[in-house]
Amino acid sequence: MIASMRRFGRWVSLVSKREFSNSSGFEKNAEQSPKSLNLYSAINQALHIALETDPRAYVFGEDVSFGGVFRCTTGLADRFGKNRVFNTPLCEQGIVGFGIGLAALGNRAIAEIQFADYIYPAFDQIVNEAAKFRYRSGNQFNCGGLTIRAPYGAVGHGGHYHSQSPEAFFCHVPGIKVVIPRSPQQAKGLLLSCIRDPNPVVFFEPKWLYRLAVEDVPEDDYMLPLSEAEVLRGGTDITLVGWGAQLSIMEQACLDAEKDGISCELIDLRTLIPWDKDTIETSVKKTGRLLISHEAPVTGGFGAEISASIVERCFSRLEAPITRICGLDTPFPLVFEPFYMPTKNKILDAIKSTVGY
Amino acid sequence: MATLLLGRSRSAIQNLLKRTALLSALTHSPPPSSSAASHVGCRYRAPPSQGNRSLAVLFPFSRHESTKAQIQLQQTHLAEDDDTQVQLDEVLDFPGGKVAFTSEMRFIPESAEKRVPCYRVLNDDGVPMPYSNYVKVSKEMAVKMYSAMVTLQTMDNVFYELQRQGRISFYLTSMGEEAVNIASAAALSADDVILPQYREPGVLLWRGFTLQEFANQLMGNEADFGKGKQMPIHYGSNKHNYITISSPIATQLPQAAGVAYALKMEGGKACAVTYFGDGASSEGDFHAAMNFAAVMEAPVIFICRNNGWAISTPIEEQFRSDGVVVKGRAYGIRSIRVDGNDTLAVYSAVRTAREMAVNENRPVLIEALTYRAGHHSTSDDSTKYRSIDEIEYWKKARNPVNRFKRWLESNEWWGDEDELKLRQSVKKELLQAIQVAEKAQKPALEELFRDVYDQVPSNLEGQERQLRETIKKHIGDYPSDVPL
Repeated sequence: MIASMRRFGRWVSLVSKREFSNSSGFEKNAEQSPKSLNLYSAINQALHIALETDPRAYVFGEDVSFGGVFRCTTGLADRFGKNRVFNTPLCEQGIVGFGIGLAALGNRAIAEIQFADYIYPAFDQIVNEAAKFRYRSGNQFNCGGLTIRAPYGAVGHGGHYHSQSPEAFFCHVPGIKVVIPRSPQQAKGLLLSCIRDPNPVVFFEPKWLYRLAVEDVPEDDYMLPLSEAEVLRGGTDITLVGWGAQLSIMEQACLDAEKDGISCELIDLRTLIPWDKDTIETSVKKTGRLLISHEAPVTGGFGAEISASIVERCFSRLEAPITRICGLDTPFPLVFEPFYMPTKNKILDAIKSTVGY
Repeated sequence: MATLLLGRSRSAIQNLLKRTALLSALTHSPPPSSSAASHVGCRYRAPPSQGNRSLAVLFPFSRHESTKAQIQLQQTHLAEDDDTQVQLDEVLDFPGGKVAFTSEMRFIPESAEKRVPCYRVLNDDGVPMPYSNYVKVSKEMAVKMYSAMVTLQTMDNVFYELQRQGRISFYLTSMGEEAVNIASAAALSADDVILPQYREPGVLLWRGFTLQEFANQLMGNEADFGKGKQMPIHYGSNKHNYITISSPIATQLPQAAGVAYALKMEGGKACAVTYFGDGASSEGDFHAAMNFAAVMEAPVIFICRNNGWAISTPIEEQFRSDGVVVKGRAYGIRSIRVDGNDTLAVYSAVRTAREMAVNENRPVLIEALTYRAGHHSTSDDSTKYRSIDEIEYWKKARNPVNRFKRWLESNEWWGDEDELKLRQSVKKELLQAIQVAEKAQKPALEELFRDVYDQVPSNLEGQERQLRETIKKHIGDYPSDVPL
């Protein structure tokens, strides 16, 4: 696993660059002089701040000590010591179980699962333990200090086990929050919010963007709100909802649609549970159309939940069926990745047919 | 294959036993010998302070920093292989420590020649074993322990009946395991954090959880700390450092490693203590926990109640190892097997394990051999899969409460009158607690939506509004004892 991971570092720099605009990415609370950073460096900065501002914060996981296979934990062990930043044995259920125990005693346990594809051995600890820890004890105990970070999503060459987007599994679990950032600036602010949120959070990091997405990131300690979607570009004809790396693809489709005179409103959901229905509802009531896009397989994906909820709330305002442009219902394929993916043109075609319905 | 091995081996007489062990391993018959047996069962001694001096000569290379594990490994090789063809001048400088080479192809047998013996202090009649080595217990402490065991026993009888009468939905007794429950609890400090499975209510009882509090949980009333959200017997109490029970097996074990690590970082003198059964040792979480605890040097005591049965599955169908105690060594964890029905043995072992855990920041594994004298739960009839004779033998001849009582009586610390008085007063208190708990209200409906998160999110607010509308329309569909 480690060997293949290290290869990723090289591969990532070889894949064609995904364009990403940060036009609307900045929020008012980002004040200090920004510095251009890629996504993994922004994560790294957030972890530095988390450890610096809370002596009871810990960072651990497979290979985090030397900086992590994606370099997100670089320099942490040197600065904060091996008692607070450490390698764990290669065992995901152990990492999460250990993290729950650490958090249950009032610590901030920041656990890294090396790839979201390998989070399943920890599923029981997340679903049956972390998510229910507070509820089942009548709030006598909680493990709210637990944050589980995991790189997710396509990377161009990842195949079955270095590409998955398992967010929907976790969105079916009351008691945890699921958060996915789209850019370096977002990643830093959202991660700090997750770490400091008094509930266990699963934080999926778009690994395709670790090196590719570069934007100005304020150096100070700032947090971005959870459970608040963000409208990235205003539009009047159709609402597009997505999260993570998929947003840059959707944005390209929006730009192309604009050339055909279609005005798209693009929304980053950011927190998948508990999610911000109101923002989507307001937008769809205005545009009358909705397209949802995610890399995960379409069936049972979180897009289905958004679609159902918006039909419930906006049925009479809809002018066309809600469209989902997502991954196919296959395991994530290696050679066929370009066919599997919800690409810009698939989205663009869907925008056109929805608007012309 | 055997002939070939014999032909190739050296003729030294002192190696005969080991070669026989290899042959046995290959032919699947019990191995007649293993030097490992001599390491287990011996009394706890402080770990060697430094590596053997001669190691420096034997292992001149020092590519890797010497670790405790490395020293142990090297010593083990010297101790076990000094009579074999170990080529000490040629070592494999391997990550984690140097390994000596040997020209002898010898498989480690699948089991030791002798099973790991079981530490006990009192025999079945409550008479101390000759030369037994144990932590002394005062009269006051002994009486307190015995009283708690009787209370636990009485509580189980009364609550079991309560379930049979249909007044609570479920119950699960600790019958036959009173000594593991109470003696282990008595050996700990109140600061130690307990991560229980579900057959250790005695630990909570020992810490001062009242019979009323037990009854409240069983009834799921508004005074239940868990606010009626879990099935009966899923107790938990923050003030008693007893983390709320969850049903999934073994999930508490890796959490205990995390709790222990947190306690170590706080720098206090407390450890984590986690309980589980023989069945739990088959779960992946057991492996995760043991390995994490060892690697993280976490002060945690793993107490396995090996009670012979995981619901209907006997231990022969659970594992092929010599129980659970032998697994400790594979993880680098100090371990002991103890007679779980011997109050003094459990008390002594847990007290000593606690000192090791807290003073040396290390995990310790205790396998307590006991017996689940009751059914798995009120949903189970264990006579369907085990003989009544077996149950009766353990209930009577090997009853832990009776055994400890005989010892108390032999010290003239306890008499028939004390016994009668105690049992009567506990029963009275229990019946009263049940009455109060039954009369108490259920938790209010709003509790349904609370504590999912620290604050109620908007989707749950919406669902609460919607549910209340439905209740107004169909009030008869809902229980009348839940305040709206």
